[in-house]
Amino acid sequence: MSTPQQTPASNGDVVLRVEDLRIVLDPSGIDIDDQVSFAIHQGEVLGLVGESASGKTTAATSLLAHQRRGAKIAGGSVTIAGTDVLSAAPGALRKLRGGLISYVPQDASAALNPALRIGTQLMEILEAHSFGSSRADREARLREMLEEVLLPSDRSFVRRYPHQLSGGQQQRVAIAMAFACRPKVIVLDEPTTALDVTTQAHVLETIRDLTRSYGVSALYVTHDLAVVANLADRIAVMYAGRLVEIGSREALFAGAWHPYTRKLLAAIPDISGDRGLHGIPGWAPRPGQRVAGCAFTPRCDMHIDRCAIEFPPDEGETADHRVRCWRWRELAEAPLDIRGPLREITEAKNTLQQPSVVSVRDVSAFYQHKEVLHGVSAELREHRCLALVGESGSGKTTLARCIAGLHPFRIDGDIELRGTPLARDSRSRTRAERQAIQYIFQSPYSSLNPRKTIRQLLAQPIDVFFKLSREEAEERMVKVLDQVALDRSLLSRYPEQLSGGERQRVAIARGLAAEPTVLICDEVTSWLDVSVQAAIIELLAQLQAELGVSMLFVTHNLALIRSIAQEVAVMSEGLFVEYGLVDAVLDDPQADYTKKLLTDTPTLELVQ
Amino acid sequence: MTDETPSTRKIIEEQTLDDDLGMQSNVVLQPDPALAPGVAKGARQYGEFVQLLHDSWHVRRTKIGLGILLAMLALVILGPLVAPYSPTEFVGPPFSGPSDGVYLGTDYIGHDVLTRVLYGGRTVITLALAATVLGLVVGVSLGLIAGYGRRWVDETLMRALDVVLAFPSIVLALLFVSVFGPRLWLIVLLVGLSHAPRIARVTRVAAMEIAHRDFVRAAEALGVSRTRILGAEILPNITSPLLVEFGLRLTYSIGIIAALSFLGFGLQPPAADWGLMINENRIGITVQPYAVAVPVVLIGVLTIATNMIADGVARALVGIDRDTGAAA
Repeated sequence: MSTPQQTPASNGDVVLRVEDLRIVLDPSGIDIDDQVSFAIHQGEVLGLVGESASGKTTAATSLLAHQRRGAKIAGGSVTIAGTDVLSAAPGALRKLRGGLISYVPQDASAALNPALRIGTQLMEILEAHSFGSSRADREARLREMLEEVLLPSDRSFVRRYPHQLSGGQQQRVAIAMAFACRPKVIVLDEPTTALDVTTQAHVLETIRDLTRSYGVSALYVTHDLAVVANLADRIAVMYAGRLVEIGSREALFAGAWHPYTRKLLAAIPDISGDRGLHGIPGWAPRPGQRVAGCAFTPRCDMHIDRCAIEFPPDEGETADHRVRCWRWRELAEAPLDIRGPLREITEAKNTLQQPSVVSVRDVSAFYQHKEVLHGVSAELREHRCLALVGESGSGKTTLARCIAGLHPFRIDGDIELRGTPLARDSRSRTRAERQAIQYIFQSPYSSLNPRKTIRQLLAQPIDVFFKLSREEAEERMVKVLDQVALDRSLLSRYPEQLSGGERQRVAIARGLAAEPTVLICDEVTSWLDVSVQAAIIELLAQLQAELGVSMLFVTHNLALIRSIAQEVAVMSEGLFVEYGLVDAVLDDPQADYTKKLLTDTPTLELVQ
Repeated sequence: MTDETPSTRKIIEEQTLDDDLGMQSNVVLQPDPALAPGVAKGARQYGEFVQLLHDSWHVRRTKIGLGILLAMLALVILGPLVAPYSPTEFVGPPFSGPSDGVYLGTDYIGHDVLTRVLYGGRTVITLALAATVLGLVVGVSLGLIAGYGRRWVDETLMRALDVVLAFPSIVLALLFVSVFGPRLWLIVLLVGLSHAPRIARVTRVAAMEIAHRDFVRAAEALGVSRTRILGAEILPNITSPLLVEFGLRLTYSIGIIAALSFLGFGLQPPAADWGLMINENRIGITVQPYAVAVPVVLIGVLTIATNMIADGVARALVGIDRDTGAAA
């Protein structure tokens, strides 16, 4: 990987300036974004980081004077190279978009028209902006564009339809489109969130090279600080619709001044195992739920009375590093210390002596008639956590579902629970077997029936597995809610009244209500914010230690496993490429695939 | 009549990874309890369903349709109480025009048209409702089973329903009624069953979408019985498209039942019935147009009213007319 050349951030000319941007929900007037001001210099990449509902995407699309239905820009200004974007006439705005400033969407597969060949779509942009003087000019530019994003530019490729490309290639096409007319500024809205780490690494590299070599400025919107850690020159942190801190990458990582930034840094899983993982209690408030002063107050352990009343002014020692916190000076002096041990190392050492709870021997699984899992064998040990790591399509979820009896197609090989062979289908298993293995699904938005209250949801496993009186059942529910740190008052609520993190806690509580011996967690944090993810991982690790359940932790995020697992199996294309103790595998990977995953996983190296 | 009603559901729960847009549009479409202090937390029992009714009410055609329907119901229920004569009473010479006391004239044998109009709506509406409910019960059950079932269950059921679907419902009804004679329960049964395949199709599509959600899998993993999964997990999540379907099927039921009456397969003379009245009096249409025109108009208005309501609910469901303030 080439080391990017540092562009002096502060010396370049300001290309884009946003001042006091305010965006509100239309009928209600509730603010999504407020007092957002920042500037991007020539050739600079600004990372805009925030959790869900922080208003970062809304702010980013307003740079193109675009608002989704129901939102409107209520004030402020956006100036790009001297042009006022927000007051531009519709005709001028069309020229501006794609010409002066362009946009790369989150999901390229949804953004490309499936009925048009990619060549046609790329040509459309050039024609709309009358690029070049002739068709030959445009065709030359089209080829050049594809080469810039490292895609083949031959005729057969240009004639393909979007569905004939991989996810990474689709995203490259979208990036090529954005760069087509050599814009001044490019807005990237989480362009790699839907991609695997390896593909993500390639796409990030492409973006970095393009911005560097053509001097294009970029706003990179993301929820993941680690992704922008190696890409952005400066980072802006957004919380509840306001910019709370903005500064150079070095300044932020060496010593962030806002408590939120600091906590966010501590919530990022660390692949090296040097840092512990610390979640932030609570969740980011949605528009309309925000308190009057600094919206972070309820989650902040440094808050003073003033925080809840008044939003702090924009302050800082230099023009470059600004922060909005009443107590930033104290923080600026205190060193950033988020180190700490992860878990008991001794546990990991005697893992191999633990008896096995679930053993998987030579299991192959089919999806319809295609074999997707090719004879894998693994042991899940008592009181231990085994992590299954792999990219999408590696077969990790298939294996987890085979164990849970949820795989609807053919399975060969043996799956045993404490020496007893398990039936393929959960319905054919005994009640005790079904009770022993509980499955927690990836998305808490889909795993909880929206028509049921939390009480009804928790009652389900209790009714199926135990004969309890009404009071005893209620007691059990309160107990499991307590275990996942939720209040009993939630019992009469519906899932949609809860935040994503709370929903996932309810899903975990439902699993615990069955008093299982094995808990299968299938990508349980991938739909959650980083800060909430960290809190859920902490919770799972603590539950595992306290209750002594065995856990199968399925994830695509290699960085998470140090915080939770003792053993790891790295999967690729339906096979185990590496299987062993977490520390051994991560410190000294043997398989090329593991090495590649390790290098491609975005990391956050704190400047010391 | 290969109509496909909008079975699109708004999927509120689904959000893309950390997507501001999805998250906040949530807030717009479905007022967050915190944003709408009037809505007490936990008191919100039926969620999306109530929201749908609420949204539907804001579509103008729903209001108009409901207004007309209520007026028609009032006419049908209260009509017999205010009718000046008995429906089988002879009040004057056949086909005499409107006169004092006989406001809409007399019919082919001298009954008062106004009285018969006031009496004649009951059967249409009751039979139509009964047929629609029957069709809904059968159709929804089959649709749920097909939508959740394994592939061969689904295939077998749907192909069987396709066969039923291949017969035009009116021809099917005529066939059976001509064999067994004009019985009201038979009409209800036939009209209801002829709706079932279409309702089953809509239900199946909606159920399939829900059956893929993880909460259904979670219930399976616990070993919850199939019937409970259908009834308690899937059905409550597809009520909205079924509501639309109910309105639409009601409209068709009214049409078919009125047509059967007209053809002489419904109520028999001297009973008062709109469809029958049209048939009885059509020979005298040039002399006494009211005896035909009034029932025709009433049947027409009734179907338009139910159709407007169904359309309003469907529009609210898909969100076509949702007021975003942008249009204002």
